[in-house]
Amino acid sequence: MDSEPANLISEQDRNSAEQRRQSAERLLKAWETPRGWRYWSAVNNSEVGMWYTVASFCFFLFGGVLALLMRIQLAVPGNTFLTADQYNQIFTMHGSVMMFLFAVPIFEAFSIMVLPEMLGARDLPFPRLSAYGFYSFVIGGIFVCGSLFFDAAPKGGWFMYPPLTSSFQDDIGADIWLLGLTFIEIASIAAAIELIVGVLKCRPPGMRINLIPLYCWYILVVAGMILFAFPPLIAGDILLEMERAFDWPFFDPQRGGDPLLWQHLFWIFGHPEVYIVFLPSVALMAMMVPTFAKTPMVGYSWVVLSAVGTGFLSFGLWVHHMFTTGLPGISIGIFSAASQAVAIPTGVQLFCFLATLTAGNVKRSVCLHFIFAGMATFIIGGLTGVMVAVAPFDFQAHDTFFIVGHLHYVLIGGTIFPIMAGFYYFFPLVKGKQLSERIGRIVFWLVLIGFNITFFPMHITGLLGMPRRVFTYPANMGFDTLNLISSLGSMLLAAGFLLFLYDVVRPRTKQPLSERNPWQAGTLEWLAQMPDLPWGVRTIPIIESRYPLWEQPNFMRDVDEGRFYLADAAEGKRETIVSSVIDAEPMQCLRVGGPTFLTFFAALFTGGFFIFATYHWWLAASLSGLIALGVILTWVWTGTAEIPEKEIKDVGLGLSLPLYVSGPNAVGWWAMFITMTADITAFVSLVFGYFFYWTIHEDFPPQPLQGPGVFWPVTGLVLLLIAYGLTLLSRYWNRSGYVRAFYLSLSLAAVVSLTGTLALLAGPWLTELDPTTHVYPAIIWVLTGWTALHVILGVIMQLYCLARRAAGKMTDRWDADIMNVSLYWHFLALTVVMTVGVIAGFPSVS
Amino acid sequence: MKVIEMPAEGDTAKTKLFCVGILISGVSGSQSALNPAGAEAEQIATLFWWMAGGATVIWGIMIALLIYSLHLNPVAHPRQKSALFIIGGGAIAPTIILTILLIYGLNILPALLARPPAGTLQVEVQGYQWWWRVRYLNQWEEPIELANEIRLPRGEPVDFILSSSDVVHSFWIPSLGGKVDMIPGRTTHLTLHPTKTGRYRGVCAEYCGASHAYMNFTVEVVEKKEFDEWLAQQSTDRKTPQNEAVERGEALFLQTGCSACHTIRGTEADGTIGPELTHFGSRKSLGADMYPNSRDNIENWIAHVSALKPGVKMPEFRALKNDEYQLLSAYLKQLK
Repeated sequence: MDSEPANLISEQDRNSAEQRRQSAERLLKAWETPRGWRYWSAVNNSEVGMWYTVASFCFFLFGGVLALLMRIQLAVPGNTFLTADQYNQIFTMHGSVMMFLFAVPIFEAFSIMVLPEMLGARDLPFPRLSAYGFYSFVIGGIFVCGSLFFDAAPKGGWFMYPPLTSSFQDDIGADIWLLGLTFIEIASIAAAIELIVGVLKCRPPGMRINLIPLYCWYILVVAGMILFAFPPLIAGDILLEMERAFDWPFFDPQRGGDPLLWQHLFWIFGHPEVYIVFLPSVALMAMMVPTFAKTPMVGYSWVVLSAVGTGFLSFGLWVHHMFTTGLPGISIGIFSAASQAVAIPTGVQLFCFLATLTAGNVKRSVCLHFIFAGMATFIIGGLTGVMVAVAPFDFQAHDTFFIVGHLHYVLIGGTIFPIMAGFYYFFPLVKGKQLSERIGRIVFWLVLIGFNITFFPMHITGLLGMPRRVFTYPANMGFDTLNLISSLGSMLLAAGFLLFLYDVVRPRTKQPLSERNPWQAGTLEWLAQMPDLPWGVRTIPIIESRYPLWEQPNFMRDVDEGRFYLADAAEGKRETIVSSVIDAEPMQCLRVGGPTFLTFFAALFTGGFFIFATYHWWLAASLSGLIALGVILTWVWTGTAEIPEKEIKDVGLGLSLPLYVSGPNAVGWWAMFITMTADITAFVSLVFGYFFYWTIHEDFPPQPLQGPGVFWPVTGLVLLLIAYGLTLLSRYWNRSGYVRAFYLSLSLAAVVSLTGTLALLAGPWLTELDPTTHVYPAIIWVLTGWTALHVILGVIMQLYCLARRAAGKMTDRWDADIMNVSLYWHFLALTVVMTVGVIAGFPSVS
Repeated sequence: MKVIEMPAEGDTAKTKLFCVGILISGVSGSQSALNPAGAEAEQIATLFWWMAGGATVIWGIMIALLIYSLHLNPVAHPRQKSALFIIGGGAIAPTIILTILLIYGLNILPALLARPPAGTLQVEVQGYQWWWRVRYLNQWEEPIELANEIRLPRGEPVDFILSSSDVVHSFWIPSLGGKVDMIPGRTTHLTLHPTKTGRYRGVCAEYCGASHAYMNFTVEVVEKKEFDEWLAQQSTDRKTPQNEAVERGEALFLQTGCSACHTIRGTEADGTIGPELTHFGSRKSLGADMYPNSRDNIENWIAHVSALKPGVKMPEFRALKNDEYQLLSAYLKQLK
């Protein structure tokens, strides 16, 4: 195409420079960042992504300070710097903050910031959802961290094993952990949905799935993992909080519960979590390595396959965190082997990087220093990981400082060092100026040496018998010197981070702007001007290669001159192109939401719901929840599925795209689909709980106890399936233009839904199942309650569609709302069938 | 309040000034997994040294490759030749190495998990926040109950039956073998074969609340004969008080309320909430291996237990007179 640009740009050719300037102005006006106090209403990915990154980096520093406090306490035996209680709060918070408030969010934050740039898109499909996620994250994060200053922080460890956290901690700490972090996990899932739809649907024309930047592949893998890993934890959180708040005995062995269920649910989340944290850093390396080797990645497909493989395998390893719980040898053997297998895809990725470096001419840079540090330390972490995957060795190493050493080699080597490299690499994209290479070199040596002095001795400390999570240790056990060395090393490491922080925040008014594309990289994000402009990209390009800046001649000039798609914003709206999943054929000109404070208030009141519930202020919590629902409905009502002024729009180069799409081609439909996948994963985790109890009990349901019976659950099932059918019918009648039939069937569906819910709840209610007596009634109530809440949500959606139709915001032609709602009902019907099958059907067949 | 000395256990002082490399091989701490005194620990330590050696070699190769590709690489290598490099280094080599490791590693697993033959010495250990109830089973009709101290005969297998009364704990004697969790509502097992006599330290390895760091115990491996004598002695009731001071001490123990939680066999004290104390004086340490078992420490313990061990159930007995503390400590110390 580039050999004959005259063809392609024939139309623009006639445009004068003046017209180009005007279109650029209109575009900038549409994408203008609000000023003054309204700045905080911005929803653009570059603003939200930056706030998000800064916030998670602040939490990283906070978690780092906590780590230093622990190292001071452990510097000498019998130290009294911290009390046992303070230490236990601090180590719990250190792990929780680093995992939930730093490692996962910084990946999502950074991806929100750069993904549209990498895809040559204007923004992500749901900018307001990103903003909502960001505010939820900040509110939840401050709430959880703040508890430390009131001596009320969680102290059950980041793994929160019951019954310690269910029956032996009366204070509010565990509730803060459960509710505060669940709130944040929901924000994490929201961001994951946004990123998946972003990668799949917002690619520039021509960027087929095999041409996307490697970083985007990793986003797909990691966000997909978040989608399946976080819901089991949320399910566990629900069970544990129900036990704490209402005495439902899920983890109390006296009443049929089992603490091991928590451990399974936690580690089904917890092990993929390690890869959720680690893979994004591999992704960063996959972007930087080709740039500095000045050659495309060797083995692109292998890297992709390995990343996908790692993602899959990581869900089959969780039991290696439970080798010492007295499992049978056969399970230990299987999980031992699976845990080692994950080293293979990791090895392939590393060797692809090595091959790329040898295939190119390496250009020195401080980024590469950090990549070197990352690989060198991560390999040690990987090797010790293989060691602890050998179960017999794990019997000794488990829960000792050996593991502390191992996991920090993995997470600091595998995650933090590449992130620091990423900071040096991407900083010009954000600030328009570079970080200092000179300071960077000092930082590199400080952190590399400090890190190894801190964490290497821990392997030995652990093998000498020092367990983890002890707030002190006796003298003369062989731990003294090693701990002192670790503590001194941590100061050096902290000095390195402090210097790094200084370099990041120091004023740089005198420093000249960085040149454009300072590293001569080949991927789209480096089209950015220095400093970058808020429109994301001047014009949405046509892509034909993996490294367009290297391989498509005159590419940057053509983009700058607006010679591709959507070079203008004639109607003053924010627009980007939606394309097909595999071949990236343009399908829609998507209008995305602009600045609003609604997302902030939605997050504030959602936060209020969780925070008030922590204190058991049920009235305030319900009120806050209702207001949140109201704000979210307002946001959806005013900001989504807006009927455009025309059917199609000319996006340039002779291409016209529809402005409104509904059903499986719409991004909203995809978001609903992905959300419901996560939702049903959480539900399946609860069902897993039911069957887990069934396997550990001789009689389940326990004999004297009656189940919810068959009559009421089945009545509920039939009614809800009728409601489901009516909802689908109403979708059909809406599209066919039978307005009355639409209103009638959907109203009827709402009524039948509510009746069906009552019938479903009547099962356990009329048979007087008391959830505090035994785990059986408790799990029945949880499954029924989950389903009932989802039906109520489904009814709200039905009413929403009725109102939209009545207000003329939904018609037979513009029917995205009812399309998405019926998709929700597909999943809901599945949930109902499974619930009734389990609570009413299973006891009669088992 | 008297100052309590921290326990000085093990003979590791000599290693203090050595560099790290020597520390690994030179340590003989009573809590070290690298200084095995049991068959299980020995197998695992050997496994560790092999793996550590292999890991060092692999790491060296990887670093060499990294430095070569980053710094020494003068000419660009042809891309076509990379396939072999990636598949060979990334997939084939690790597969071979991991298979060998897996065969070796899992080969010792069945022996580690196997239950010992019938008639093996059975010791039931129950975890509490933050101490250990120990019961010697079989040969005796009534189990012999002790706390926080375990003696084992050298050269004989021992079958630990593990459970927890409150939260999840983990039973670990690093010098003898791996750890096994104690899970409320479940019973788990651990078999060990002590091979060397000596004094070792056991710890709780699973975080279990405020005083997790203070949940330890003493393990003494002795010859079989000595063990039998010791156990026979431990199975007896306390000796009848021989003098007035002891009599007064016992009376005070019963009056003050100690007996509500502690058992001293042969007296009315039959509480089961706390550790049993019938032969408390014969133990090396107190408070689940927190302090050496001295009279000063006992007195301090009674008066300041909450400060010494955060979160314990035992109340502080502050209202006693000075000589009453002495009576109690003397009484407890003579319970041999």
